[in-house]
Amino acid sequence: MNTSMKKAVIAIAGFSLTAAVLVSCGGGSSSGQTKSTARETSETLTTDDYDPNRGEGKFDESNVEAGALNMAMAEKGEAISGTKCLSCHKLSDEKLVGPGWEGVTERRSLHWIMNFITNPDPMIDKDPEVQAQLELCLVRMPNQNLADEEAREIVEFMRKNDGVK
Amino acid sequence: MKSSKIIIGLLSAAAVAIVACKPKSTSNAVSGDAASKVYVAPGKYDEFYNFVSGGFSGQLSVYGLPSGRLLRVIPVFSMDPEKGWGFSEETKPMLNTSHGFVPWDDLHHVEMSMTDGIADGKWAFVNGNNTPRLARVDLTTFRTAEIIELPNSGGNHSSPFGTENSEYIVAGTRFSVPSDANSDVSIESYKENFKGHISFVSVDKESGEMNIAFQLKTPGVNFDLARTGKGKSHGWFFFSTYNTEQANTLQEVNASQKDKDFIMAVNWKKAEEYIKAGKGAKQKVKYAHNVFDEHTHTATSVIKDEVTVLDVAEYPDIVYFIPCPKSPHGCDVDPTGEYIVGSGKLAALLPVFSFDKIQKAIADKAFESETYSGIPVIKYEAALYGEVQKPGLGPLHTEFDANGNAYTSFFVSSEVVKWNVKDLQVLDRQPTFYSVGHLMVPGGNTKKPLGKYLVAYNKITKDRYLPTGPELSQSAQLYDISGEKMQLILDFPTIGEPHYAQAVAAELIKDKQVKIFDINKNAHAFVAKGEAETKVERIGNQVHVYLTTVRSHLSPDKIEGVQLGDNVYFHVTNLEQDWDVPHGFAIKGASNGELLVMPGETTTLKWTPDRIGIFPMYCTDFCSALHQEMSGYVRVSPKGSNVPISYGLGDKMTTVKK
Ligand code: HEC
Ligand SMILES: [Cu+2]
Repeated sequence: MNTSMKKAVIAIAGFSLTAAVLVSCGGGSSSGQTKSTARETSETLTTDDYDPNRGEGKFDESNVEAGALNMAMAEKGEAISGTKCLSCHKLSDEKLVGPGWEGVTERRSLHWIMNFITNPDPMIDKDPEVQAQLELCLVRMPNQNLADEEAREIVEFMRKNDGVK
Repeated sequence: MKSSKIIIGLLSAAAVAIVACKPKSTSNAVSGDAASKVYVAPGKYDEFYNFVSGGFSGQLSVYGLPSGRLLRVIPVFSMDPEKGWGFSEETKPMLNTSHGFVPWDDLHHVEMSMTDGIADGKWAFVNGNNTPRLARVDLTTFRTAEIIELPNSGGNHSSPFGTENSEYIVAGTRFSVPSDANSDVSIESYKENFKGHISFVSVDKESGEMNIAFQLKTPGVNFDLARTGKGKSHGWFFFSTYNTEQANTLQEVNASQKDKDFIMAVNWKKAEEYIKAGKGAKQKVKYAHNVFDEHTHTATSVIKDEVTVLDVAEYPDIVYFIPCPKSPHGCDVDPTGEYIVGSGKLAALLPVFSFDKIQKAIADKAFESETYSGIPVIKYEAALYGEVQKPGLGPLHTEFDANGNAYTSFFVSSEVVKWNVKDLQVLDRQPTFYSVGHLMVPGGNTKKPLGKYLVAYNKITKDRYLPTGPELSQSAQLYDISGEKMQLILDFPTIGEPHYAQAVAAELIKDKQVKIFDINKNAHAFVAKGEAETKVERIGNQVHVYLTTVRSHLSPDKIEGVQLGDNVYFHVTNLEQDWDVPHGFAIKGASNGELLVMPGETTTLKWTPDRIGIFPMYCTDFCSALHQEMSGYVRVSPKGSNVPISYGLGDKMTTVKK
C-alpha cells in the first residue's frame, strides 16, 4: 500500500470538507490570528487505516446504540457538560470556542462523537474535518478526561438537544 | 609494596590540597567518551530523578541524571511567585509558624521515604534549618504537602533522616537552646540550661501525615547529621555531634578544642517502648502543623501546644556516646548496617565503627571512666572497626555503592575518594571543582545502592561557567563510578546552595504522576464547576469572584461594582481536564503575586484595589493561539458608589440587586 498516495487522497478529502465546516463553526471570528497549534496536515496524515466515519478509539456501531431517549442519562450528561464542555460550546448552532452543538448528532455518528470526546488528540491530528475546524477555531478540542459512561451520558444529552424523543 | 603506594597517593593528595586554596586548573582531563555518557537525546528521558536541596533559596530542585537538566523547582519554605506559592490564599497557611508567616528558610537535606530500607518513591522529606521545620513533598504532584515546625529547637540541621520504613524522620537541633518553656536565661549559663532536642516525627504509612511522636532531651551540644541503622542495626540511629566543649561564643575556636567529639548512638526502639509505657514529660510548647488538602486544594495551619519529652539522662539505656575525631559532619551507615563512618571535618583520618562491637561494648560496659553529662561514653577502641589513614583533608560525608566501596567527600582538599569498606584501603581519588560538601550516589544511603553515578555538590564555583558578576550559580559534578576509577563526565549549575541530595530510578516515580485534578472531586469552598456557576458576591467589604478559565477566556470577564476599600477574592477554577494546561491569573496593581492554576484546581488571589478605575486582568500562561485574548476588566468605583455588582461574559450580563 502506497502511503503517500493515501495521504494525498485524505488531504483532498479534507480540503473539500473545509467549506462545510466553515459554516458549522459559524462566523469564523478568528481575529486575524494566523498562528495555529495545528501541526502540518501533510505530516500527520500518515495512518493508513484512519476511518473518518468512525474516528479513532474504543467505539463503533457495535458498542454505541441509539434507542429511545434515556432521560435520566441525558440529565446526567447535561450536568457533566456544564462543568466540562459548555465553557466552549453553545447548545445552539452558534460558535463559541468550538462549534455549536445543535445538529451534531445528525452530522456525526454517535460512536464518532464518543471516540472524539474521549480521545481527541489523535483524531485532531488525523481527521480531515476536525483539522479544518481547527483552522477556524484555532483551539484544540481538549481532552476533558471523560469516563466512558460520562461520555455516553453527554451524547444522550446531545441527542436530547437535537430533539430526539 | 602496598603501603608505599599509599604513601605516594598521600603525597600527591597533599600537593593537591595545597593548591586547593587557589582554584585548580580547569583543564583537568575529561576523557573523550564523557559527552556520550551524559547525552540524553531530545524527547528521551533521564535515568534518575535527582532531588537536590536548594540551600538558602528554601526550595527543592529536581534534576535529571545523567543529563543534569533542571526538571523542576519545588517551592517548599520560600514564596515563589512563579507558582503562586505563599501568594495564593490557599498556600499562605503552609508558611505559617508559631512566629507567624515566615516566607523563607534554608533547606539543607533530602530524604526519600523508605520501605525495607529502600526508597519507595512516595515522598521526599526536607528540612528547614533556620526556623526549625520539616516538610514532606508528595512525589505524585511534586508539591509540598505538609510542613511541621519543631519546638525546643534552634536550627533544624540534623534532619530529615529516616528509619528503614520511614517509621520516623528525625530532626536534631543544630544549636542547643534552653527548652521553650524556660528560655529567658543567660547565654553564659549554656552548660547548665542549654539542651539538645531530637524530634522523632512519625509518618503515617498511608497518608504520610507527620506527628512529633516524642523528643529526646540530650546534653547541650550541636547536632550535625545523622543516619538510621539498617538491617542488623535497624532500631538504632546515629547522630554526629560537635561543640561537645559546650562553648557559647567564638565557636570557630572554642568548639574545636577537643580531639574528639561524639557520635551519639540512639536505641530508638527502646525510646519508643518508654513512650508506649507512658514515660516522658508532657511539655507546653507552641508549633505550627500545616497540611495541604488535595481535595479542597487548600492548606490549613493548626498551632499545637504539647510535646512529650524523654530526658535521656533519666533513661540510661537509650543513648551512648562514641568518641569520634574532630567535629564529625557525616556519620554514615553502610548498606549492611554494620559499619558506621564518622567524617570528622577537622580530622586527618576516617574512623569506621562496628555495630557489633558497639553492641558488645554496651554489654561489657566498655565505657570511659567518666560519663558525659551522665551519658555513658563507649571506649573508642571498643567501638572501632578500623581507620582509613590519611584519606584526604576535611572529610564531610560518605555514601556507598553495591560492591562494598565507600565514597567520601573532602572539602578542604576538594576531592572525592573511593575506598574499600572492608580493608579500609583508598582505591581512587578525583578532584572536584571546588570544595565539595555532600556527595551522593543513587541509593547510596540505602540497603541497596544503585551505584553507577556519583554527584559532588560543590561550595565554590569560580571559573567553571561563563562568569556572571560577583555571584555565581552553584556547581554540581557528575562522575561515572561504574569502573574502577571514577570519571568526571559533567558539570551542571544548581540553584541556591545544594547541600545534600538523593536520587531514585525514574521508573519509581514517573508513572505515578498526577496529571490533572478531577474537577468532579474538587471540594474547594469557592469552586465554580462550569461557567453556569460563576458569579460575583458581596459580603460586607469582601467581594468573592467565582471565576473560571478555559482556553481561552475568563468567565466572567467583565466585573463592575467593586468599591475602594473592598477586598476582592478571585477564586479561579481551571475547567481544563487535560495534562499540562494550567492557566495563570493576574490583575494590575495586585500587591502579592499571580496565580498558576492546574487543571481542575481552584486557587484564590486576594486583591485590594488602591484606586478608582479600570483594571485589566489576564491569563499569564500561554495556553493557546488565542491566549493573548484571554483577559478581562474590573471596574473599581468610589466607596459608597451606587454602581451595583454586575458581571458577565459576552452578551450575558448579570446584575446583583441590592
Ligand atoms: C477549550 C474549549 C473546549 C472545551 C472545554 C470542549 N471543547 Fe469540544 N471542541 C472545541 C473545539 C475548538 C472544537 C473544534 C475542533 C478543534 O478545533 O479541535 C470542538 C469540537 C467538538 C466536537 C465536534 C463538533 C462538530 O460539530 O463536529 C464535539 C462533539 C465536541 N467538541 C464535544 C465536546 C465535549 C463533549 C466537551 C466536554 C467534555 C467539549 N467538547 C469540551 C473546544 C472545546
Ligand atoms: Cu490561559
